[in-house]
Amino acid sequence: MRDVAMVGAGMTHFGELWNLSLRELFAEAALAALESAGADHLDGLWVGNMSAGQFVGQEHIGPMLVEQLGMSGVPATRVESACASGGMALRAAWLEVASGQSEIVMAAGVEKMNDGADVTAVLASAADQEAEVYHGITFPGLYAMIARAHMAAHGTTEEDMAWVAVKNHRHGALNPHAQFRREITVEDVLGSSLVAEPLRLLNCSPVSDGAAAVLLVPLTRAHEFTDRPVRILGSGAATAAMALADRADPATLDAVMTSASRAYRMAGIQPAQIDVAEVHDCFSIAEICCTGAMGLTDGCNPAHAARSGFTALGGRRPVNTSGGLKAKGHPVGATGVAQAIEIFEQLRGEAGDRQVPDAHIGATQNMGGSGASSVVHVFARG
Amino acid sequence: MPSPRYWREIPARYRLEGARCKACERVVYPARSVCPHCRGRALEPMRLSRRGRVVTATVIHAAPDDFSAEAPYAMALVETPEGGRLMVQVVDCEPGEVGPGMEVSLAFRLIRREGHGGILCYGHKGVPLEDGT
Amino acid sequence: MAGIVGYGAYIPRNRITADEIARQWGKDPDSIRGGLLLQEKSVPGLDEDTITISVAAGLHALERAGLDPQRVGALYIGSESHPYAVKPSGTVVAEALDIGPEVHVADFEFACKAGTEAMFVALGLVESGRMEYAMAIGADTSQGAPGDALEFSASAGGTAYIFGREELMAEVVDAVSYTTDTPDFWRREGAFYPRHGGRFTGEPAYFQHVLSASRLILERTGLKAADFRYAVFHMPNGKFPLSAGKQLGFTREQLEPGWIVPTMGNTYSGSSPTGLAATLDVVEADQLVLITSFGSGAASDSFVLRTTELLVERRGRAPGVRAMLDGPRRYLTYGEYVKVREKIRMND
Repeated sequence: MRDVAMVGAGMTHFGELWNLSLRELFAEAALAALESAGADHLDGLWVGNMSAGQFVGQEHIGPMLVEQLGMSGVPATRVESACASGGMALRAAWLEVASGQSEIVMAAGVEKMNDGADVTAVLASAADQEAEVYHGITFPGLYAMIARAHMAAHGTTEEDMAWVAVKNHRHGALNPHAQFRREITVEDVLGSSLVAEPLRLLNCSPVSDGAAAVLLVPLTRAHEFTDRPVRILGSGAATAAMALADRADPATLDAVMTSASRAYRMAGIQPAQIDVAEVHDCFSIAEICCTGAMGLTDGCNPAHAARSGFTALGGRRPVNTSGGLKAKGHPVGATGVAQAIEIFEQLRGEAGDRQVPDAHIGATQNMGGSGASSVVHVFARG
Repeated sequence: MPSPRYWREIPARYRLEGARCKACERVVYPARSVCPHCRGRALEPMRLSRRGRVVTATVIHAAPDDFSAEAPYAMALVETPEGGRLMVQVVDCEPGEVGPGMEVSLAFRLIRREGHGGILCYGHKGVPLEDGT
Repeated sequence: MAGIVGYGAYIPRNRITADEIARQWGKDPDSIRGGLLLQEKSVPGLDEDTITISVAAGLHALERAGLDPQRVGALYIGSESHPYAVKPSGTVVAEALDIGPEVHVADFEFACKAGTEAMFVALGLVESGRMEYAMAIGADTSQGAPGDALEFSASAGGTAYIFGREELMAEVVDAVSYTTDTPDFWRREGAFYPRHGGRFTGEPAYFQHVLSASRLILERTGLKAADFRYAVFHMPNGKFPLSAGKQLGFTREQLEPGWIVPTMGNTYSGSSPTGLAATLDVVEADQLVLITSFGSGAASDSFVLRTTELLVERRGRAPGVRAMLDGPRRYLTYGEYVKVREKIRMND
């Protein structure tokens, strides 16, 4: 297995992009990625997308999207793992290059959520249809139960969760691609309407359209495309029980812990060496659970990490400098790749006002459903 | 919900049929062919009791279209005495009252309708048990 | 000799008072309450219907009988609010109660007497020896049109009876039916609310049939009102059953346990069956009980029952009617009531 590097990246704005269709979103991000690397062909495309079928009635998007680039003929596959689709597409692309099979592969993600579908119902299809959704649970409802369990077991408060949203909005305000560029206060969060108790509107990532793409080549050829490649040091993935009922402890995300330790082992690092991370904050509680499961808070209570500034820009280990899913937006299939792009920019010193000084090692964590799948990547300056 | 899929679920939804692993004795609900705990392949059918205890719960305010008339409603992870776990609504009480430790009976109720012309879908919901019941 | 081996009732927990409805339509609450002798009624939840009520009642009946549901050879559900126009309620209830697949299932309809109709047929199957046990359920979630008199009384609930030949809680001494074509109350296919003939529903309909069927069975059995411990009549409102009872020579005291309509309302096919259950909950052993139903269209079924020791021994196995009527309940505003009864036109 050879070392792989990210050499180019491109993404659209995230938000309610009424004028752009699924294919146009993809084309914009993919063309920007190709241009940023000066690349003009692909050996393969892996595109993460949760639900083009349900959102816009379109399956079989692999060949459709590669055709949008004028590249029909290139092998193209859609990857689906609910909200972890993008991260799993990245992993598949990495494997194709690492194995020696291909030289230049694109990992992309795209989701078009605002074309009139019943979004609550579509997102709920990431949960267990027969056991959970049938009875009326929603996606926020599952995380609400996780939050309740976490609060009962660890004393996490609604204020702790609110601080995660506040921190991520502060970061998002500095991100030109973010869906929300305004800061919010703890009072704003605690006063927003209830979605599923205890989660309120401002604890929940939004409904977004968007696309993101990165280019992967063997490290030995990275210099042909950029003088600042970012190496993929490790990739780890794991699954856990689909239904919350089938997990021993609703407050623990086993898949996150396992995927992280697998990635760390491959990368040969300890979490303490990570300088900056993008973590799956689909709901405020998720960032708390995931940073804890990944060991990113150095033994400090993960529930307090946002409030204390530990995971804020300027803190010990900034998490979600992009604004996270909450402020940057969460076009489901695109998120995992957008996370990689944030780390790409951080490790190249191109993150502008969001720059973490001297960032050498970064990580992304992308999660599907209520934690049934998780994929972690570790990156280093090339 | 398409009819054949609904019909296959009837034993699990109407009669709370699950399975017990002969090797490790743990209960799975609904039934499946491989034990998720020990990967054993010998499972025998069993039925959950029509009662349980709430493990964790929430109140759904933003509901899917099919459930919008009932919102806000409580949803809970309920564990039966046999160790079977299910995710059900809890009704006939203030939704905010549903919390860990609450004892509920499992009552047969209408869960959803497929719009105006589709089939009616039944299942169980939790109903708080009064003291001494 | 065949009879009842188990019975069980279920009444939903929501209520609405007659006062609340009267206020909505600008009627004087006192005259409504006084005129109908009705205080409040049960209201089904959005997730309750004739099928779910039947399952709950059926479970209680099986508990009281201590019977393995696989031994029930027939299941009949009588209602005028079956959830499907075509597809029986009985098949869903059977599967939920673990009855069958070797079972005969049918849905019955005869306005408010569909419950006793199911009982009549279940009894016959067991008496003939064709089935060992047969279950009959009368349950309804019927609607009353907004602003109409029936809106005060149309309520929800149901009771299940299991008939057999052994270990009887009550023997059936006799059963009769009296039927004519009398168009006092009806609902056309596709119509949401029923219609009725106002005062025509009284004398020529309710009283004609209830009194005729009751007199017929008294004559056949050679019994008179004083021989009975209790009597139960169909309860479209509080007044009619008291008047019928009086005309047949029963005292007010004999009608008391079964006269549940003031706090329950009229559960249509569940009305007299639930009144009977309330009576069985308190009656002593070796006593005679009369039940006469009424279904618009029109007809009455009448049964004479003799209670046994087993009734007194076993009835504690499941909740009683009074416990459900007086137990945990929630009072709705008129707005909540019309929302759960789906009387509001929604955007589809």
